[in-house]
Amino acid sequence: MSDQLTQRATRFVSVLPHCRVLNMTVEYADGEKVILKLPYSEAIIGNPDNGIVAGGSLTTLMDTACGTAAFNCFEDGEVCPTLDLRMDYHRAAKPGENLIGEARVVKRANSLVFTQGEVRQESDNVVVATCTANFMRIGLRLGSK
Amino acid sequence: MTEAMRKILQQCRDNGDFDAVIDAVPYAGLLGIKLHAMDLQPTFILPANKDNIGNPMLPAIHGGVIAGCMETSAALHLLMTMESIALPKIIDFSIDYLRAGRLQDTFVSCQVWRQGSRVANVAINAWQTDPSEPIATARAHFLLVQE
Repeated sequence: MSDQLTQRATRFVSVLPHCRVLNMTVEYADGEKVILKLPYSEAIIGNPDNGIVAGGSLTTLMDTACGTAAFNCFEDGEVCPTLDLRMDYHRAAKPGENLIGEARVVKRANSLVFTQGEVRQESDNVVVATCTANFMRIGLRLGSK
Repeated sequence: MTEAMRKILQQCRDNGDFDAVIDAVPYAGLLGIKLHAMDLQPTFILPANKDNIGNPMLPAIHGGVIAGCMETSAALHLLMTMESIALPKIIDFSIDYLRAGRLQDTFVSCQVWRQGSRVANVAINAWQTDPSEPIATARAHFLLVQE
């Protein structure tokens, strides 16, 4: 089941051009949770003095992770646009670290999907940022898994 | 701060060469952020770019790109309009998506509502054809880093 959902999430993310630019990959997905990986690269550096990645790349990681979790929590897969999203940056990600974004569906409602998640450093699991994002249901189904 | 970055910042303040500062930030280059106009306040432009698409069906710009562009613009705005600070550090960022960001040029402007000695609060708007119809509005807190 989670293999199928991981495959479906992979197909969903792999067609998003900007996620391909960032080499973002799906590590795991089930009906509630999605785990994505954002590899470190020079292109996403936000501070050239120290090589720390831009907050925006983490925002993109979490918008994608939370959006994929919202998509995947429906039997038929529903594309849900982001209504709003908040990031809290607890600490700067260590330069050179690959980042892991985990998103969970907190509540599935008639018109909305509520999600939460966090970004961790791959090597030591240290949380660098947390995220809350809400998605609108617009009835856009992509077909069954 | 490295000597190279200090020099770029100094040039920016002396000659108004803001493009050099933007060009020094790799992530700004990845998205394609440029300074559009510098009146009393800077306006930034994110030119239409297929690499920034997040919804290939519409097509629409990735929400994360819109957020990343707005956050980077806010940091650059602070850098350009304040004396003697280095690149500020993002503390938190909250965005409301109002309309789909179509595959066309996007403009970003910022308003610094409060600038204390340690923290700045910035409101950010993004629009495409009409400033009165923003595609997204956001707010952010930055930790100010003294040079």
